[in-house]
Amino acid sequence: MADRLLTVRDLVIDIPVGGGTLHAVRGIDFELDRGEVLCIVGESGSGKSLTSLALMGLLGKRIKPKATQMDFDGTALLSASKKTMRGLRGARMSMIFQEPMTSLNPAYTIGDQLMEAMLLHRDVPRSQARARAVELLEKVGITAAESRLGQYPHQLSGGLRQRVMIAMALMCGPELIIADEPTTALDVTIQAQILRLLVDLVREMGMAMILITHDLGVVARVADKVAVMYAGELVETGPAKQIFEAPMHPYTRGLLRCIPLPGKTKRGSELGTIPGIVPSLVGKVSGCVFRTRCGFATEACRGDIPRHLRGPQAFRCVLDDGGLSQEKQEVQA
Amino acid sequence: MTAPVLELRNVVKTYSVKQGLMGRPKPLTAVKDVSLSLGRSEVLGLVGESGCGKSTLAKILLGLEAPTSGEVLVDGEALGAQDRLKLARRIQPIFQDPYSSLNPRKSIADIISLPLRVHGIGDAASQKQAVREILDVVGLPSRVMNTYPSQMSGGQRQRVAIARALIMKPEIVICDEPTSALDVSVQSQILNLLGELRREFGLTYLFISHNLAVVEHLATRVAVMYLGRIVEEAETGELFDNPRHPYSRALLKSVLTPEPGLGVPDTQLGMAYPNPINPPSGCAFHPRCPLATELCKTRAPRPVAQDGGLVECHLYDPETEMFEQA
Repeated sequence: MADRLLTVRDLVIDIPVGGGTLHAVRGIDFELDRGEVLCIVGESGSGKSLTSLALMGLLGKRIKPKATQMDFDGTALLSASKKTMRGLRGARMSMIFQEPMTSLNPAYTIGDQLMEAMLLHRDVPRSQARARAVELLEKVGITAAESRLGQYPHQLSGGLRQRVMIAMALMCGPELIIADEPTTALDVTIQAQILRLLVDLVREMGMAMILITHDLGVVARVADKVAVMYAGELVETGPAKQIFEAPMHPYTRGLLRCIPLPGKTKRGSELGTIPGIVPSLVGKVSGCVFRTRCGFATEACRGDIPRHLRGPQAFRCVLDDGGLSQEKQEVQA
Repeated sequence: MTAPVLELRNVVKTYSVKQGLMGRPKPLTAVKDVSLSLGRSEVLGLVGESGCGKSTLAKILLGLEAPTSGEVLVDGEALGAQDRLKLARRIQPIFQDPYSSLNPRKSIADIISLPLRVHGIGDAASQKQAVREILDVVGLPSRVMNTYPSQMSGGQRQRVAIARALIMKPEIVICDEPTSALDVSVQSQILNLLGELRREFGLTYLFISHNLAVVEHLATRVAVMYLGRIVEEAETGELFDNPRHPYSRALLKSVLTPEPGLGVPDTQLGMAYPNPINPPSGCAFHPRCPLATELCKTRAPRPVAQDGGLVECHLYDPETEMFEQA
């Protein structure tokens, strides 16, 4: 039996908006074992960042997530007291945010910000926290780590700041790391280095990681498991290899056709597209939300959508092959 | 080869950067003696890490910055000799972020027709007609004319930005990361549109992007920039199949193609991009180069012609002792 760290069942996030409710996340399930990397992939507005904030208990007072189960190593996150959550956040589960430019406090030194969580959660002397900060800065590849502690965020480049954010998330040796687009703002060379570092750390320290991204290249190279989100629902989940080699849901297939594949897509040829836009999620949402953009949509897509299993891979579609046979016929015709 | 529509000759751009409150200003050379030429309806992809000078180069081409020395020629005519208005008729930009590059208080029709009004082309009726036509070209319905940017999605906004760039019927379009702020499914629509427009109107693009998969897809030629220099320039297929400069190789290696199971590559680049105020001696890439020798630390390499392209590395220069090792 794998070492289960996180279980989420039927997570629902409704956001009250002027005169209605925005059904931002509707009934998603996933689980994560220690040592595993789960990538949640989706486009803007798909609810992937909200999901991660719900896990961290950072949605704010106005938004109350609901779930039949949301357990982190035996602790029910939704019913946990504020004190319990404070004890978890930053210590056993931590988050790396997208924008290193705005998520560091410009008025405090790197050293203070790095040590804050450790001094708060662990009963350690300042010297020990400092030693840990230097150790982690070195681990994330920052040279002259000792002297960086006294610097302010504006003195560091974007790549360095993102590495500081990663070191900060690791200070208390968390069991779960949630990284929300950690490399989107960075150069490809730095992106590769940082992702490599994160994956190595996950394996080495036996952590689990949820990586949120819209970059399918990142997903393919980093994920053990993939969850494809569209407009607040998980349309397809499964092991990375299966999702990329045999995608079943029409949205997943469409997404993979949108990106040029070096060596496979002919240079300058027409890329695949997904026509239409994401529907409004305000008010009653029923059936398959992708039906407005799907080539295989029928009347049945307005009703209940069954979930199909193919080994560890699961997808939601009225067609039990996600329209694959229909697609093949069209290609032949 | 056809006569170049756009040519850069030994362009240098130096800024003066103050270090600290009392510091003496130091020169920062953002573009170092760059020569490039673009033939008609070519797409030149310009790639490199942040701070390598690619955006400075774009600004010089748009006439937003004057080069410190060197020349920019459009159809053989020096850019300095052309006034800004004349230049804007021939070269237009498409910027990265369609959320901040459109004035939120102007209607779409106003935004797209602004270039016509600035140049005093036609009357109100003909301008309106021109807007309607260009909206059709970029695939937007004419009913969006009276809406505002806030009512549009990112992809639609970028189409508006493209319409604004094309309404002057320019010959050259400078695309600075035109799709990096967009979702994957929208990005492919915009890339297809840029490809169609090029075929239809014979447009020439300078395509700046850090997304190498996109550059490989769209560009006909690629220039790799490092610390203000073009270190390699080649036909797209040649560069991607057979990169020569160690930096080009590292850059290509860091591309995460959607192939599961391969893991994240080790670029072996080391971490730090050098500070452009204190560039390394000799070859600027030597501190990060796995193949660097003593020669690289002291002498800057010169550009060497290679299969219709150029590469700037001692390994390819027959007059250095490193040549044999290539």
